Amino acid sequence: MQIQELGIAVLWTFLYGYLIVASIDFGAGFFAFYSKYTKRDQKINRLIQRYLSPTWEVTNVFFVFFFVGIVGFFPDTAYYYGTALLVPASVVLILLAIRGSFYAFANYGSKESTFYVFLYGATGLLIPAAMSTVLTVSQGGFINETESGVFFNGLKLFTNFYSWTVVILAIVSVLYISAMFLLFYADKARDVEAVGLVRKWALFWSVPTILASGLVFFGLKSQAAWHYENILAGNWWWFAASFVFFIIAVSFVYLKRNYGLAFLMVMGQFFMAWFGYGYTHLPYILYPYIDINGSVVNESMAIALVIVFILGLLLLVPALYLLLRLFLFDNDYVRGKRSSGKA
Amino acid sequence: MFNDPVFMSRSLTGLTLGFHVIFATLGVGIPLLILLAEFIGIRRSDEKYLLLARRWSRGYVVTVAVGVVTGTAIGLQLSLLWPSFMRLAGQTVALPLFMETFAFFFEAIFLGIYLYTWGRFKNPWYHLLLGIPVAFGAIMSAFFITATNAFMNQPIGFDLVDGKLANVNPIEAIFNPAMPTKMAHVITSAILTAAFVLASIAAFHLLRRNDLSHEGVHYHRRALRLTMTVALIFAMATAIIGDFSGKYLAKYQPEKLAAAEWHFETSSEAELILGGWLEQDGEGGYEVRGAIKVPYALSILAGGLPSYEVTGLDEFSIEDQPPLYVHYLFDGMVGIGMLLALIAFLFVLGNYIRRLDSFHPWMLRAILIGGPLSMLAIELGWFFAEIGRQPWILYGLMRTGEAATTSSSVGWMFILFLILYAILGTVTVSVLIKMFKKNPIQKELDRNEKTGESFFEESSNEGGTSS
Repeated sequence: MQIQELGIAVLWTFLYGYLIVASIDFGAGFFAFYSKYTKRDQKINRLIQRYLSPTWEVTNVFFVFFFVGIVGFFPDTAYYYGTALLVPASVVLILLAIRGSFYAFANYGSKESTFYVFLYGATGLLIPAAMSTVLTVSQGGFINETESGVFFNGLKLFTNFYSWTVVILAIVSVLYISAMFLLFYADKARDVEAVGLVRKWALFWSVPTILASGLVFFGLKSQAAWHYENILAGNWWWFAASFVFFIIAVSFVYLKRNYGLAFLMVMGQFFMAWFGYGYTHLPYILYPYIDINGSVVNESMAIALVIVFILGLLLLVPALYLLLRLFLFDNDYVRGKRSSGKA
Repeated sequence: MFNDPVFMSRSLTGLTLGFHVIFATLGVGIPLLILLAEFIGIRRSDEKYLLLARRWSRGYVVTVAVGVVTGTAIGLQLSLLWPSFMRLAGQTVALPLFMETFAFFFEAIFLGIYLYTWGRFKNPWYHLLLGIPVAFGAIMSAFFITATNAFMNQPIGFDLVDGKLANVNPIEAIFNPAMPTKMAHVITSAILTAAFVLASIAAFHLLRRNDLSHEGVHYHRRALRLTMTVALIFAMATAIIGDFSGKYLAKYQPEKLAAAEWHFETSSEAELILGGWLEQDGEGGYEVRGAIKVPYALSILAGGLPSYEVTGLDEFSIEDQPPLYVHYLFDGMVGIGMLLALIAFLFVLGNYIRRLDSFHPWMLRAILIGGPLSMLAIELGWFFAEIGRQPWILYGLMRTGEAATTSSSVGWMFILFLILYAILGTVTVSVLIKMFKKNPIQKELDRNEKTGESFFEESSNEGGTSS
């Protein structure tokens, strides 16, 4: 494997990590608001808080890690995406800022405010919607480079049908992944009431998720023919495997069993779809301007980045394991038998 | 101005960093103080110190949240506002930036663990151990991000071939000559500031003594003793490193020092200028008015000897000179630093001499204003460091004007972020005040008295998370 392929694989894996943990977080925000609004928050929100409070900061780092890493490995991305995406990325930043700080205000601060929870829930759906448009942009057609600089056709993106199907897919998958995780967590907490409610959410959101996936898949043909052809050229099996994982996950939930395994299947479903999408997107990071083979950072820096990355992982993996053990795999904690020990 | 992307990019970057640095500074310093309080508390089985650690960490997590979101903003804004710079810098400074995210990651993981495991272990030292990576991660992130900034001041570790960077040596780029003094100055001044901010809160409560019980007074006095001792140590360290920074500037970035000290002509036996203002004379030169001039002091600051020759602004062409108002920023920073050291020194001295009262109302008032002043000094210091290297974004290599985005919407983004920070700032302050007002120290002391349980065995029931 060449250094640029290793680099993009590492970054893509981190983005996958973000996709999973952030979806849980974003969806949970929406569910927290929804259940508060419908006055069912007693059980559910406590559960959501038990998981989220110690982990929300970690979620954010996955994102930071990705955008710092990609500029490190492929400095051209800063130039093209940076110039073009000033407005949409600033909007994402503002939403992220509102979300993160108001989560802390609502949970660590003293005020029980429905307004704070509303902000938290609303931004949970707007952020993935806004972020997903970058995926559409990366497939080409919305950024032009002329002699006076790089320009972004925001209006074209806004009125593009395919771009909206990606947005819809992002939102419904967030709710689907989050509901599936909460189902697993509620089951672990032996919270029968919560399981009943969350199971309905999980089943409900599985339908639009798979429909929207299909829509995006076929929409690709007219939007980015080069990408669609890459998929047909022997890479369709990624998506077929993803569909199989989906069927197994939903079947488990329907049969009311193995919720832990079901969530693993959801992770598998998105793993195959995400890496299939990423693999067939290569060699372009931005069609047709950024090609991984032509824009990788100089070799000594790339090697240094890879070394630091490996050393960093040696530090992070045990730390993450400790976090999961204490707050996700500790049955007493999950069931609320153990004090949250909040300061 | 509103339509000038370079000016607006500079403004927006300054705005975000100026806001972020408040929370970043607290983020570097406070974990260390929390750990110290917990350490003393466990060591002496003193529940008041343990309560200090808990209450500080409760407030700390709110400031961390704002620090995280504004840090994310500046991280991405670097690419959004300075795309050409990041394209070039990506080749060299990506490594420390990348390492910073690792340090941040490490800190984030253990902060979650630390905050939610009070009372989870039978042995209290285990909980303390979990806090060490938080403080370590916080200081390491300051280290790496300052190394990045130091590189912008002193870019080395590459060859310039046809306008492109080649043969990059990342290690040399990180350990550039500007790095040691910058890094040490940032970390020590951050700890100094955090100590003063926490001391300021304790002084505020002690000044309204009538509201406090005997126990409450003891609680806040412990807070003051701990924070002021830390403040004294780090004030001295900051001053010594400040001296090294002066020598560094004289050697590597003489125009920054010359602008800070209005040193227009190269000379030895140079005097240090405190305060004052500038008047333009007829030939386009300047005259310094109303300043206190300390003979030889600038030469000693710059080179250690009165005979040291200090480079003046006259050796730089006008377009390479930083703006002259950086003098005020520099004076403000140094002046406040000296004042803080004096306050901390008097307090600690008062603790050792029986006839002096370190908790005298005037001492408390001085400490009370020391908190906000220390934060002001941090802002002044950063603005001095950043504006002092204008017109360069990469010193000697790339001018700020060439690096900014060409987008015409920067002005609007500036307004959006201004509104955002105004809201975040207001809500943060009001949430923090409410949080501690609703749960005053007396309530926690009483509860502890009543149940007679130690903090580590008692499970806190706040938020109803306990069964």
